Parts: sequence; structure tokens; C-alpha cells
Amino acid sequence: MSTDWSMIPASPNNDRPSAHSHRSTRRQFLATAAVGAKVAATIAATATGSAFTWAGCTGAPSFGGEIVGPDRVLGHRLRDRDLPAPDTSERHNVVILGGGIAGLSAARSLAQRSIRDVVVLELESETGGNSRSGITAVSAHPWGAHYLPLPGPQAPEVLQLLQELGVITGHDALGRPIYREEFLCHDPAERLFVHGRWQEGLIPQLGLDAGERDQVSAFLARMESLRRSLGSDGLPAFAIPVDRSSQDPSLLALDRITMAQWMDREGFRAAPLRRYVNYCCRDDFGTGLTQVSAWAGIHYFAARSGVAANAPAHSVLTWPEGNGWLAARLREQVTPAQIRTRHAVFGIRPHDHGAEIDVFDATLGRSLRIECRALIVATPRFVYRRLRGLPPDSVAQYPPWMVANLTLHSRPESHGMPLCWDNVIDGSPGLGYVHAGHQSLSSHSKGTVLTYYRPLDHAEPSMARGEALKADWSHWSDLTLADLSVAHPDLRGRLERLDVHVWGHGMIAPSPGFLWGHRLTAMTHRDGVVHFAHSDMSGISLFEEAYIRGLRAADAVFQQLQTTA
Amino acid sequence: MNDRASRLLLLGSVFVIATCGLVYELIAGTIASYLLGDSITQFSTVIGVYLSAMGAGSWLSKFIDRHEGWIFVQVQLLIGLIGGCSAALLFLLFPIVTSFRVPLYGLIFLVGMLVGLEIPLLLRLLKDRIEFKDLVARVFTFDYIGALLASLLFPLVLVPHLGLVRSSFLFGMLNVVVGLMSAWLLIPRGPKRRLLSVSGFLLLGGLLVGFIASERLMAWSERSAYTDTVIYAKSSPYQRIVLTRNGADLRLHLNGNLQFSSRDEYRYHEALVHPGLARLHTARSVLVLGGGDGLAVREILRYSNVQKITLVDLDGDMTRLFQTQPLLTRLNGNALNAPTVSVVNADAFTWFATNRQRFDFVVADFPDPSNFSLGKLYTTTFFQRVRSTLEPGGALVVQCTSPYVARKTFWCVNETLRASGFSHTAPYHLYVPSFGEWGFILASDQPLVAPLQLPTGLRYLTENSARNLFDFPPDMTAVPVEVHRLNNQMLVRYFEEEWAHYVH
Repeated sequence: MSTDWSMIPASPNNDRPSAHSHRSTRRQFLATAAVGAKVAATIAATATGSAFTWAGCTGAPSFGGEIVGPDRVLGHRLRDRDLPAPDTSERHNVVILGGGIAGLSAARSLAQRSIRDVVVLELESETGGNSRSGITAVSAHPWGAHYLPLPGPQAPEVLQLLQELGVITGHDALGRPIYREEFLCHDPAERLFVHGRWQEGLIPQLGLDAGERDQVSAFLARMESLRRSLGSDGLPAFAIPVDRSSQDPSLLALDRITMAQWMDREGFRAAPLRRYVNYCCRDDFGTGLTQVSAWAGIHYFAARSGVAANAPAHSVLTWPEGNGWLAARLREQVTPAQIRTRHAVFGIRPHDHGAEIDVFDATLGRSLRIECRALIVATPRFVYRRLRGLPPDSVAQYPPWMVANLTLHSRPESHGMPLCWDNVIDGSPGLGYVHAGHQSLSSHSKGTVLTYYRPLDHAEPSMARGEALKADWSHWSDLTLADLSVAHPDLRGRLERLDVHVWGHGMIAPSPGFLWGHRLTAMTHRDGVVHFAHSDMSGISLFEEAYIRGLRAADAVFQQLQTTA
Repeated sequence: MNDRASRLLLLGSVFVIATCGLVYELIAGTIASYLLGDSITQFSTVIGVYLSAMGAGSWLSKFIDRHEGWIFVQVQLLIGLIGGCSAALLFLLFPIVTSFRVPLYGLIFLVGMLVGLEIPLLLRLLKDRIEFKDLVARVFTFDYIGALLASLLFPLVLVPHLGLVRSSFLFGMLNVVVGLMSAWLLIPRGPKRRLLSVSGFLLLGGLLVGFIASERLMAWSERSAYTDTVIYAKSSPYQRIVLTRNGADLRLHLNGNLQFSSRDEYRYHEALVHPGLARLHTARSVLVLGGGDGLAVREILRYSNVQKITLVDLDGDMTRLFQTQPLLTRLNGNALNAPTVSVVNADAFTWFATNRQRFDFVVADFPDPSNFSLGKLYTTTFFQRVRSTLEPGGALVVQCTSPYVARKTFWCVNETLRASGFSHTAPYHLYVPSFGEWGFILASDQPLVAPLQLPTGLRYLTENSARNLFDFPPDMTAVPVEVHRLNNQMLVRYFEEEWAHYVH
């Protein structure tokens, strides 16, 4: 997955941490006043005969929706090898397997270097991978990854990309990038539903005792100090991309224990804090703090080093369609004819001068054989292992996810803090929802889309995946509404559509030993003419990782073509 | 019931009919004055129509040959129904219909005609029980005393204590009660009487519900929120538009926030437009953002050099209201229908994405940044878009709430304008009685050094007073603030903090 999904860590050097309780009191006052005015307006509307329907009183209005995403029939045929033998053949310079961020990044990079005859083979009907997005009558919305934190100095490639895309418009006297503000996450960014009302920010504020408060502050202070710390080799302790982090053994040792064990060791035991950190781990990796390596868990809080001339350091970039915006920009520089969707690769045979690929064109219903000089595998590694007939890697786990997009004709009511970008329900089995309309510049749009995220981590991944792929639409619809209705009892009456995407394999989950063991290093080696590019080679699913892996693969292919030419 | 009692009762009904009739007439006149303005014309035409309708009713009575009692009771019930609902009906119809005068005079005529029908019928019903000269004397005595009672009750009791809608329902019920009593008196026991009784009680119940609901609905909602009488209320897709009136003072509220008072809005709008535009002697095209009331446009129309005015306001209901309602077109001088003005109903922020025109002067007259949605219209991103549509030498003026109540808010707009690339900003302020101390900021790339050439006909600004606007006493001078951006919404946070304190 190209980036973590639905929150940003609240930085302890947040610009506006003061007088939280004070502000919420005023907020409450304003919110109550607003609700009062609305009630009055509704009643007045009845009195003056304006259109008025007893929303919610006439029973649940019906809404439509469907399960979108992977072509299951094609998936089954692929798994069962129920595909015709190739009856034509083609020759191409370079083939890229997978049209996610890594594949698009490689394709774009090769196009920029005028490498001709590059073909991208994508299984789905759309490119974008985990950054895919959709659109309804009301708004564009993400289906997966939906934001990018400000890139730090360790990711100059990403900074360069943002400059090329016009997201960075210049630099100030201190050399800090100036970002296009409409792409920075608008304020207010986050809220948490806790004890029956919405509070600003994701860290619980209400109902905490002094000890719990102290633990929260101590934890955040610790993360901040880790964010600034360097290893014995002078490199940042935690960096994006991951492989530019310090190799200081005392830091890498954190990869051998779970986040929960580390928190126990450090005395971070307060329940609200654990809930918050568990939420963060599930949000980023699809699995909780008892499963995730402490190095990865801390990386989430301590790796973001980006700065901006016109935004605080913890800001993120986001778009209504999430990282689908970035995927679309990457694709713009790739010739459309080079991208072939609904193409299922079912055989790869590398040889001395290139590789032979068998691929089924699901649109035409026939297979073809492609001979290429260089091959970039930009799919998750389990796909490649499957294609080469290798046994699955038991350590690399990809927990399944469910994402639902709820198209609403009007915005739900809120008690407390008004609708934010990221909206989380405390103690929920889901991760809350992101408001796709948040980045809209229009000051009065009524309808909107909410993107609900839920890692299916209640069971071991393969079991949860089996269940998930069998479940029908009404199962997901009920599951989603049951969770969100806790905070929004009025949601059902506002729904127009509820569409669901089930990610059988979500993001890679960095369990202890995975990131800094031998397995990951082995994954990065090229296999003859087969180059690899995917964020799971970094062990953490981030846009930056995928993008940089794509560039590196394009570099290697470029070198290979230069030497063989 | 003996004859004497029944005579008295029938004569009493004359009294009630007269009182109710005049009350309906007064209610209609008052509503017409509220809604259409110009009370002399309204009262005069309402009285005229009412009296002539009574004449028509009396004339029609000659076509009734039989069943006078049966018809008398039916008409009585009908007056109760129509008159009783008239006020609610008129308030309800005003926002919906294009020509309010049709239902207004239609209702008055109907009530007048029915009342006019009643008196001759009653005379005929009583003609055998009382001597003619006595009958005429008594009937008209009760009629005119009833009128006197109504004319005293209406201003002293009904309007202040019950309000127009409840008064009308109350008198409707009185009509029905009299109708029911006459039915028992005039109609022999039987199916006809049962029919009248049942319909009478149903009517009574309906009017009672109206009476109670009107109290709950009208008083509880807008009337309790506004001290003045609400004369127009409509929920557009974007906001709640409410017009109130108190004597000559007409006020517009959007979502409960006062937008202007007709008593002093000229101060606000002269100050909004002239300090900038009167220095741009060659300005040809002007853009107004927000300001769907057309009052800023009215001020801009004073400049003969301005050839094109574009008004971008989100709410089509709002601009249509100020293009069509006579009370409002009188206030804005019919500005929104001027040939040089084009009205665009669009969201200002997204409109810039499609706009290709350039402007010499831009007026940003948005509601205060009281929520995160409105806050977007004061951000660096927004002001940068405005700046890129300005002609060289052009200027922008922004309404920026009160520098006295919301000092940080005001100076935050100033910082934001500077951070958006405007190298010159000129904050100024004035006193608008209905708002308090109010502030604006002029922003441009070059200082506006041309002499101020104010148009004629202004009521507030003079060259002298315009100069003084730019002077800030110590309690309103600049304070250190942050720049308002989409990603921090500082302005909304300042605004909320400062106004919440002020409210408490």
C-alpha cells in the first residue's frame, strides 16, 4: 500500500495545543447554538410551508451500492490457470508488471529518459494500485491511500516530484519549500468521537486522569526526541525511505520486539494511550500493536521530517481522491497506449537476454506472449512468488482490508467539533472515515462522500481474507453502518450509495524481524533481467517508498539497456 | 329558547361578524404594509377592496331566495375558515408567489364579500321578529360598535400580545362559534343541523390547532430569535433568509446573522465601496463577491466610468429576492436590474477557476468567517486568486468584521492579504450603529495615491470623513497575529474566540 491510511500523528510541537478545554467549551456553545438555529429553521420551514420531509421517521430510505474492485472471475481463472495458451507474440523493450505507484513511477521515469517501447501490464481495469480512487456524482474519493506527509530531506526524489507537479511552488529564504495551500490538508484536520461527542484532535482529551495525561505527553515527547535523534552512523534514527535510516544496532534492535512489548518496557501502560497507539498501528499497517514491530511502530511517529515555509512540520498533502491524484499525475507522463489494463500475467520466464511473459488480455479474451529485454516487477512480492511457482513467504503478511465509500446527500449532524478531514470513533473496530469533500474549495457543498476504512484484523490474515472474499454487499453495508451509527445515528437517512472495496491483500504488515532481518534485504536484489519495484521491499507501505523503488528500478533498467545496447 | 333571547343572539352575531371582519381587514392591511412597504397605499387599497367587496356581497344576497338561515350559517363558517387562516396563508404565500397582490386582494375580497352577504341575510331573518326601523337601527348600531371594538382591540391587545397569525386564528374561531350558535337557533333539529354542527366543530378544532401551532411555530422559531416582526423567511439551498421589519427599519438576516439594517446600511456600503473606487478614476470593470443584496452595487453604479459590474453570489434565491421584491428594489435602487450589471450565481472560490475576465476593483463582501466553510473565502489561496484577476493598478476591498470586538480577526485579514502578495494594505473603519465599530481593508500592489473623487449624493462619506477612516485609536491598532491559511484556519479560530467572549 502506498501510504498509511487515515491519520497523522499529533505532533507534540503542534501549533495550537493550548487551552484545549477552553476551546471545546466555546465550540460546544457554538455548536449548540447552530443546532438550535437549525431546529428553529426546520420548524419555521414547516410553518411557512417550505418542503419538509420527516427524514428518518418514514423508515430507512433505500440506498444503492455495490462491491467494486478486483475482477473475481478473472482472479479465479488466474489462480486455477484456466487461461488460453498464447496465440500471438509481441516484442517490447521493457515490460512493467503492475500499474500501482511503483510501476507508474518507473514508467514515468523511463519516459522522461526517452526509453521507448515500455509497456505496463495491469491486472485491474484501472491503474493506481493501492492509490486507486473513484468518483460519484457528488465527489471524487479514495479507495485506499489518501495522503502524503510533507517529504523530508531524506526523500529528495519525492520533493523533486512535487516540484515538477506544481505542488511545491518555490522556496523561501531558508530554503523551505512553499506548498500550494489548496493541497495541504485544510483545517480542521482531525477529530475523535469519545464519550458521546466529537473532540478536536485524535488523542483523547476527555475523561483522562492526570496520570494518563502525563503518559500521553511523555509518549509524544519521546517520539519527538526520537524524531530528532541520529544513530551512531550520523544518519537519522528513522527515515523515509526506510533504507536511509540509521543502521545503529541499538536502534535496529527495536525491530525484534513488538510495539506492545516496547511500550510495556518503557512503562507506557495507560489505556487511552495504548488505544491511540493501537489505532495508529492498525491505521498504518492493518494490524495492531501486539503484531507490529516496535521499529515500525515508532517509525510511524518519528520518521516525518518534512518542513514547509507555509505550514507546520506535521502537515500532510491530500486531495479529494486521495493519492489517486498523485497516481493520475504520474500516469499523465506515460503514453496511454503503453498502459494495458485487464491484463493478467500468468507466466514469467527470465533468460539471458531478457524475459518471456505470458499474459491474458481479459478484454479480448485471448493470451499473448511478450518478449522483452528488461522486466520490472512492480507487484507485491507474493504475486511474483506465485507466478514463479515459489512457496508463499510465511513472514510477509498482507492483512485484508475493507474500504467503503458512502455518498451522502447531506452532511451528518455532529455533536461537538464539526466535520473534519479525518474522523475517528474511539474504540471502534474500524478506523473511522475520511471526508472526501474536505479539500473542496467550494464553501457550500451539501452532499459529500465519506471513506470508511476497516482493517480486517479480527482473525489471522488468510482466514479473514477467506471470509471477506465470500461476504456480500449487505454484509459490508451493515458492518459499516453499525460502526458509524454510534457517532452518526442520522447517517442511514442521508445515504445515497454505499460502495465497497475489499482488499484481499492490503498493505504489508511489518511484524518483528521482518524489516531488518535478512529476508527484506534479499527481496531487493535483482533476479537477472528481473528488477523489482514495490513498497513491500521496504516493509512499510508508503507512497514515498513505492515511488523511490520505481525510480531505482528505472535506473537499473536504464543502466542495463545502456550496457547491452 | 325564547324569542327575545334568540333576537339578542342574532344581533350579537352582527357584532361578532363586524368585529371579525374589521380584524381581518386590519390584519391584511398590516401584513401588506409589512411585506410590501408603503403603508398608506396598502391600507387604503385594502380598505377600498374590503368595502367594495362588502357591497358586492350585499348585492349578491338578492339572488338568495330561500334557505336564508342555512346559507347564513354556512357563510358564517366560511368566514371563520378563510378569515381565520388569512394571516398564516398570506405569510406562507409571500415567498412562493410571484405576485403577492393577487392572493392578498383575493382573500380580502372573499372575506369582504361574505361579510357583505351576512348583513342583508340577517336583516331578512329578523325582519319578521322586529319592526323594520328598529331592526335597521339595531343591526347597524351593533355593526359599527363592533368596528370600534375591533379598531381598539387590534393595536392595543391583538398585535402586541397575540401577533397577527394567532389573532386571525382566534377571530376565525369566534366566527365559527357564532355560526354554531346560529345553527342551533335557526336550523331545526335534523340532518342539516347535524351536518353544520359537525363541520363547525371540525373547523373549530382545525383553527384551534392553527392557533396553538402558530404560537409554537411562529413564536418559538423566528419570532423568538428576532425582536422585530418577521416579514419574510425562506430556506434557500444555502442559507436561511429572514427579513424583519420594525417601523421603517428593514433588516436582513442570513442564518440568524444581521446583514444590514435599512436605517444605517448606507454607512456600511458607502464605506465599503468609495474609499477604494473613488481613487480609481479609470476603473471600468468591477467585481462584487457576495453582496447579493445589491447595496454595494448601488454604490458602484454612482460611477459613470464603471461600465461593467459582475456580481457573484452563491444564492440565486437571495439575488432574485433583491431583484424582484419592491421593498428591496427600492432599497437597492433596482441595482441588480441595471443594464451594466450581470449577476452570476456561483460559489466565489470555484467561480475563479472558470473566470477569464480581469477587474479594476474587487469588493469581497462575504459573511463573517464564523465557520470553516466561510473561512476559506478569507485565505491566502483565495486572495491570491483575486489578486491574479486584478488589472494593473487595481485594488481589492474586504469587509473584515469589527476591529473593536474582533481585533485579532481584523488584523489577521490584513496579515493574510500581505502574505497573499498585496504589497499595500490600507485598513480602515467606521461606526455603523446597528453593527458597532466595523472594519474594511483595501489591498493593492501599488499605493492608491490618486485624489479621492467621491460621487455626489452620499449620505455619510465626505472627503474629510473618508480621510479619518484610516486612523485607528489605540484600542483597535494592530496586534501580532498569524496568517490565515486553508491548512490552519486561524481567522475562524480568532473569530470564534473573540466573538464568543463578546457574547458572554
